[in-house]
Amino acid sequence: MLFTLYEFLGFCAVLLLLYYIIPKKAQWPLLLIASYAFYFIAGPQFLPFIAATTLTVYLTARLMQSIADKQSAYLKAHKEELSKEEKKIFKDKQKRKKLFWFVLCLLLNLGILATVKYANFFISNINSALTSFGSKNVLSFVNMIVPLGISFYTFQSIGYLIDVYRGTVKAEKNVFKYALFVSFFPQLVQGPIGRYGDMSETLYIPHNFDSKQVGFGLERVLWGYFKKVVIADRLFVAVSTMIGDPSTYNGAYAIVIMLFYTVQLYADFTGGIDITIGLAEAMGIRLSENFDRPYFSKSLKEYWRRWHISMCSWFRDYLFYPVSVSKPMQGITKFSKKVFGDKVGKRIPLYLSSAIVWFSTGIWHGASWNFIVWGMANFAVLMISEELEPLYKKFNDKFKFTKSFPYTLFRILRTFALVCALNLFDCYVSIATTGKVFFSAFGASNYHVLFDGSLLKLGLTSLDYIILLGGVLLMLTVSLLQEKGSVREQIFRLPYPVRFMIYYGLFLIIILMGAYGIGYDASQFIYNQF
Amino acid sequence: MKAAAKKWIKFIVSAVIVVVTLSLLQAILMPKYSVDGPFEGAFVAEYYGETKDHDVIFVGDCEVYENFSPIVLWRDYGINSYIRGSADQYIYQSYYLLEDTLRYETPKVVVFNVQALDPKREAEAKEAYNRMSIDGMKWSPSKIGAINSSMLEDEQFLDYVFPILRYHSRWSKLDKDDLAYMFKLEKVSHNGYLMKVGVKPAENVPEGRPLPNYEFTEKAWKHLDMMVELCEKKGIKLLLIKAPSLYPYWYPEYDEQVVEYAEKHELTYINFLDETIQAETGVDYTKDTYDMGLHMNVEGAEKLASWLGKYLTENMGLTDRRGESELAARWLDKIELYEKDKTEKYEKYEKEKENTEAN
Amino acid sequence: MEKLLEILTDLHSDVDFETEENLIDDGILDSMDIISLITEISEEYDVTITAKDIIPANFNSAKALYALIERLSDED
Repeated sequence: MLFTLYEFLGFCAVLLLLYYIIPKKAQWPLLLIASYAFYFIAGPQFLPFIAATTLTVYLTARLMQSIADKQSAYLKAHKEELSKEEKKIFKDKQKRKKLFWFVLCLLLNLGILATVKYANFFISNINSALTSFGSKNVLSFVNMIVPLGISFYTFQSIGYLIDVYRGTVKAEKNVFKYALFVSFFPQLVQGPIGRYGDMSETLYIPHNFDSKQVGFGLERVLWGYFKKVVIADRLFVAVSTMIGDPSTYNGAYAIVIMLFYTVQLYADFTGGIDITIGLAEAMGIRLSENFDRPYFSKSLKEYWRRWHISMCSWFRDYLFYPVSVSKPMQGITKFSKKVFGDKVGKRIPLYLSSAIVWFSTGIWHGASWNFIVWGMANFAVLMISEELEPLYKKFNDKFKFTKSFPYTLFRILRTFALVCALNLFDCYVSIATTGKVFFSAFGASNYHVLFDGSLLKLGLTSLDYIILLGGVLLMLTVSLLQEKGSVREQIFRLPYPVRFMIYYGLFLIIILMGAYGIGYDASQFIYNQF
Repeated sequence: MKAAAKKWIKFIVSAVIVVVTLSLLQAILMPKYSVDGPFEGAFVAEYYGETKDHDVIFVGDCEVYENFSPIVLWRDYGINSYIRGSADQYIYQSYYLLEDTLRYETPKVVVFNVQALDPKREAEAKEAYNRMSIDGMKWSPSKIGAINSSMLEDEQFLDYVFPILRYHSRWSKLDKDDLAYMFKLEKVSHNGYLMKVGVKPAENVPEGRPLPNYEFTEKAWKHLDMMVELCEKKGIKLLLIKAPSLYPYWYPEYDEQVVEYAEKHELTYINFLDETIQAETGVDYTKDTYDMGLHMNVEGAEKLASWLGKYLTENMGLTDRRGESELAARWLDKIELYEKDKTEKYEKYEKEKENTEAN
Repeated sequence: MEKLLEILTDLHSDVDFETEENLIDDGILDSMDIISLITEISEEYDVTITAKDIIPANFNSAKALYALIERLSDED
């Protein structure tokens, strides 16, 4: 069972109240209890999974830490008597020990993730391979439960494990504190993927009630719900109608799907993260930002620095960098330089690492081929623009207008269109359908549907479209206001009555215009005959 | 000190504004059943405006609120009665509406229509009917019981506590009635009776299709037991009836269960579908129904009330109260309204009939 | 240090690396640049920069980067 909206809000309200009336020392234990209660209510059968990850990673980290501690103690004690050579041998030996435990724990946890999330994906691929070789025997699918938030907490745990292995953070001694880091419920379901180094700064310390901080946190929660309930959930109706029937909704509809889905995804995901970060903020806990107004990006590369930041930086720090500077990759560099010459040879390993990262990013999003293709499509676009970079530069240097605002706007819109197109891979499981729908947009004969009222048959009324338009404009305005710093600070400086009107107005808009509740359309409260 | 006081004032003023505006919004967003219909949604709330010293309380669905005329019960027998009906009222709602009524008064007889036990209907329960049976109730443990026993899987308790959460999207459909009737109800019933006029004879009413299972549900039995117990505790006589509606089909298998239960608990059960009783009441399905046998028109409802009045007087010990001057005065107004309503409805009906015939 | 500046300027000719202190935080160097940089540096200075060394503090300025190189060659 998942929480309903009311239950979740009630849960948070009670928690927040308790959080500030109990002794400060008990605050983080309360959060741990709340997080496990949350997880328990979501599904008791998931508990062993998160507990296993928590314990194995905790113990391995402690073990690695004690090896590291002993190593530096030994080196310190024998500083004078050891030669440089001996020191190196000793260090290598310790490193191998650490590495052994590290790899064991990593494989175990990745193994759990792979099994519950990807087992059926592997099986279906093996089966299609078997059938294409003419085999009549196929493997049967396994019935797997996918624990809530497993991708997020596994990645968060692995990040911590790597940090401890590298020595950039010290292993947490208190198993309960560590368990809270893994299970902190606001971010459990959809991130952001936290780093232990950042989160531990505010997660465990006592927090006094600070009305401004709590207010700001709740304000952000409210804003998140606005995006989710008023915009995303409303668009969902039309998007699912269109995606559900690709044989009807193609051609000009492809444009509508891409646009609507992209707006929906943005409102839903950033709204959800606003709720998460705002809730944590209300409890004095700082989580890392996950978005930096991504649709203002001027290139896809920039977009991926501003969208889902915690995931992208995770892949960068824990996959791209290690792979790129690894010994095998350095070997490939040397080899490819010999074969292709200095300039081209240098880029080949870079692209190879990128491809690995994008493949992983794709499969991280879901266990099916469309996500892998989506990842590789991103990779392709990024690499092409990387190659064209010198050309752009020449072009930009030559023409003055490239520095002007209209040209910047053009680049922003171009990037947005590109993101819209790439998002289409999200919509259909079948890649063939994605391709068909996408290419049907070119030279389609049904462009009249954009104007003849067909859009009113997708489950949205003209009033819904007006609300959506208003909502999108409001999101845009807020994003533009962010240029001048925190919008909440800007509102805070206004006189109280105005501020109150803004907060309460937003609340009323959510209450009245939110797409929530039974059938959400009480205005069509249709009765049958009696 | 001063700053703190200012802070508190700010907080209190804001809170008051929020509460007041939200209450007003909720009042304006609630469906105005008593003017826009369906009128059935207005019945439950209408009861609270009555003087509560009734001899007989009916609980049940359209088979009571369209089939028995309390006016005739008074006019001919001096029985002061009220129908607490609502559309598609399930047994558990009947129980809690009765419990709610007993908070205000203790009648001598409670009449319960057993159609509410129909398991087929319980399985097809709809949120809309739940809302119409419950929204009008005043807050009490009975209302909470009604909500908890009625809620369907996708319903939430909070939606009943704050109906604005349920009706929030009605803002786009508001009209002047929503403003005018924010805090008042238009009277739509005659002591819970909804008058219908016109004739559509019952022809070829199909027999019910066989069901895989005729058992009343555990939930239904439980609430029937509770109802029996409640009446016993309060010293009220419980009368079970099955109104003479030809549809929804009343299976003999259903009837057997009720008969058996009534015998076991020494209750009286009157099945108006029974041929002898039907002959006694004089209900004529070619004249007395406005919708081909589902419900009675006013003629039929008066016939049934007349029969029931006689039965209640002779067998349940009800006395004629027409001598109580205050009560009689109240009923005088009610009868006047009733006759006026009847005339108007007949005029409207005749006009419509002429129109359809002309076309 | 001069060689390092040369490598950096090769990568981004329009940046003044002698004064710039926020190469990472301001997004001047992206992940691709960093890897290219590491490849060049390891050839030039014969040091091994591992993933754990890739943190903003080490790459935000030419000075910090040079300090890293010196530290790493010291350890070897």
